[in-house]
Amino acid sequence: MAEAVMIVGATSAIARATAAAFAALGHDIYLAGRNADELTRIAADLAIRYQVRAHWGIFVAEDLTSHAAFFNQAMAEMGEMRGVVLAMGMLGDQQAARDFPLGAEVIMVNFTAAASILSHSANYLEARKQGFIIGISSVAGDRGRQSNYPYGAAKAGLSAYLQGLRNRLSHSNVRVITVKPGFVDTAMTYGMAGLFLVASPQYMGERIVRAVNKSADVVYLPWFWRYIMLIIKTIPEAIFKKLKL
Amino acid sequence: MNKLNQPLSGWGRYPVQTCATSRPERYQDLQASSTTQIARGQGRSYGDAALGETVILTERVNRMLAFDSTAGTLRAEAGVTLAEVLEVIVPQGWFLPVTPGTRFVSLGGCVAADVHGKNHHHDGAFSQHIIALELILADGAKVACSATENAALFWATVGGMGLTGIIGEVSLRLIPITSPYMQVRHYAAANLTGVFALFDNAALDDAYSVAWIDSLATGKSLGRSVLMTGHHADAADLPSVMRPAAKSTLSMPFDLPAFVLNPWTVKAFNQFYYSREGHKTQPFFAHYSDYFYPLDGIAHWNRLYGKSGFVQYQCVIPTAGAFAAVTALLEKLAASRRPSFLAVLKKLGAQNQGLLSFPLAGYTLALDIPMRDAGVLALTRELDAIVLAHGGRVYLAKDALLTAQTFRIMYPRHAEWLRIKQAVDPDGRFASSMSQRLDLGVQHG
Repeated sequence: MAEAVMIVGATSAIARATAAAFAALGHDIYLAGRNADELTRIAADLAIRYQVRAHWGIFVAEDLTSHAAFFNQAMAEMGEMRGVVLAMGMLGDQQAARDFPLGAEVIMVNFTAAASILSHSANYLEARKQGFIIGISSVAGDRGRQSNYPYGAAKAGLSAYLQGLRNRLSHSNVRVITVKPGFVDTAMTYGMAGLFLVASPQYMGERIVRAVNKSADVVYLPWFWRYIMLIIKTIPEAIFKKLKL
Repeated sequence: MNKLNQPLSGWGRYPVQTCATSRPERYQDLQASSTTQIARGQGRSYGDAALGETVILTERVNRMLAFDSTAGTLRAEAGVTLAEVLEVIVPQGWFLPVTPGTRFVSLGGCVAADVHGKNHHHDGAFSQHIIALELILADGAKVACSATENAALFWATVGGMGLTGIIGEVSLRLIPITSPYMQVRHYAAANLTGVFALFDNAALDDAYSVAWIDSLATGKSLGRSVLMTGHHADAADLPSVMRPAAKSTLSMPFDLPAFVLNPWTVKAFNQFYYSREGHKTQPFFAHYSDYFYPLDGIAHWNRLYGKSGFVQYQCVIPTAGAFAAVTALLEKLAASRRPSFLAVLKKLGAQNQGLLSFPLAGYTLALDIPMRDAGVLALTRELDAIVLAHGGRVYLAKDALLTAQTFRIMYPRHAEWLRIKQAVDPDGRFASSMSQRLDLGVQHG
């Protein structure tokens, strides 16, 4: 079996598809999440479909002091780890998240907790001098908008954090890939108005796995979101601030 | 849970109805809400069984939970398709105990319709191979049921068209195989008398049997057929180089215009098919996917009948009246000059305890009828009358047109079923367009 891949935030549709795509290549899988029932089900399914080892552990994002022990426990179970996929994210009610302390939770999960588990992953992979980190950020982090800026700000922070890690780890032969999904057909977006060019979780999973062996550092999925965001980023702030986005 | 309004239909693409849909991804979200709802797996029932006010799409609750490759048992969430199951179990020497004519159905759908396959005359229907189900009731309770535990609820749920609750998990006994191939043999029959004689000839019997029937042949050739028998081939009997399964890359990219399938083109096809398939009198090997699922190779084959869709009329007639009834049904269909591209005849075994299960000892005939005009309804009413006169019934998984009155005569145990429905779903949370049409709801007042 190929070395294990850890998926943090493993119960979302994108995470499940990504785990499946890695397992299809023969990688053992370690699932980190907070819903024991779902983790059990997803792990059993991966083990049956792909005949890999699939383990899971309860990961409490907000409890930063638990992250080191969590990471070590996963290592102890799986042996060596090839890479880490950070798929954790929380959109929440963005209207409510304008106000604190509720907004702090969104920033905590999407940025602080993410950075924390990435720091442990980075130290481990840096010492091994191989492997990869894939961080699933968001196009929402490319420009702050009134409809979701607490989430967008946290994801912008995550993108910058991944950028810094990439700079640091490039000297240790560790790939750091930032993935920026556009609209994906998941429970988070189901039935939402105004979606267009929606990608399937399976497409996302396959493309995320494929990115490991490609050279791009920042991957927009589907690819055309790079150009949509290029246009959005180019609009002068004087005009942008008046738009209803 | 978020809802999306979208037009849905069954596989026959008639009727089409706009439904509010939810699509849970976690097992715990597979729950009844305060509206009326029906679970829908792959939408492969033909009529209105999986349409309703709210439709719960189970396609993402599709995890396999336990596979014992020594004992041959599988437990999985009901949204898993048979295709996914086969991909896992066949390479490890196991096969489904019962399979319908497509593998693109969910386990939950197989339970809800208590599907049968080409081995029904030996092995019975799907429900007879279930170890246990987990059923999610209207009040949120998760109940295990099987032929030995909560048996009344079990026999109301298999064949119960999803109306007793949401089928959450299914545990199944599998059958062992030593190769993915089938050993198949064809026998041509010049007419209906011939094919009934073939079905009754114990010397020709095999694990699986089904007859393709030329629905446009008339007079002395009425019921002209090719009987296709087979069993799982033993690996030791296979030639050293086997042809792999046909690649499933064909697709119907658009609706076929209605004029393409007319009595002349279908007649020409049937002539060609009869002489080609009828001449395979020597045993031959076929991959299981080509034997069991010939139409799965053509994605969207339901577009063959054009935009207005089609109904599949499938009935079963008890053995005593079967020959007379099938003769009358084929004559009626031929006289209507409606080309049925696909017509299938099969001998079924004894019925099980499923209160609304379809199969009973006799012969089942399945016909596709293009939904081109209002005359189809009149035709199916005439077919219903023939079926009723011979003590038969229509298969709910295919049905879009039966009346409540006819249904009650065809399914004499419906009253027992309704009592169980009343007990487990007193507020009538589970309802479909079919259950409303057939009066399969909770009786108020």
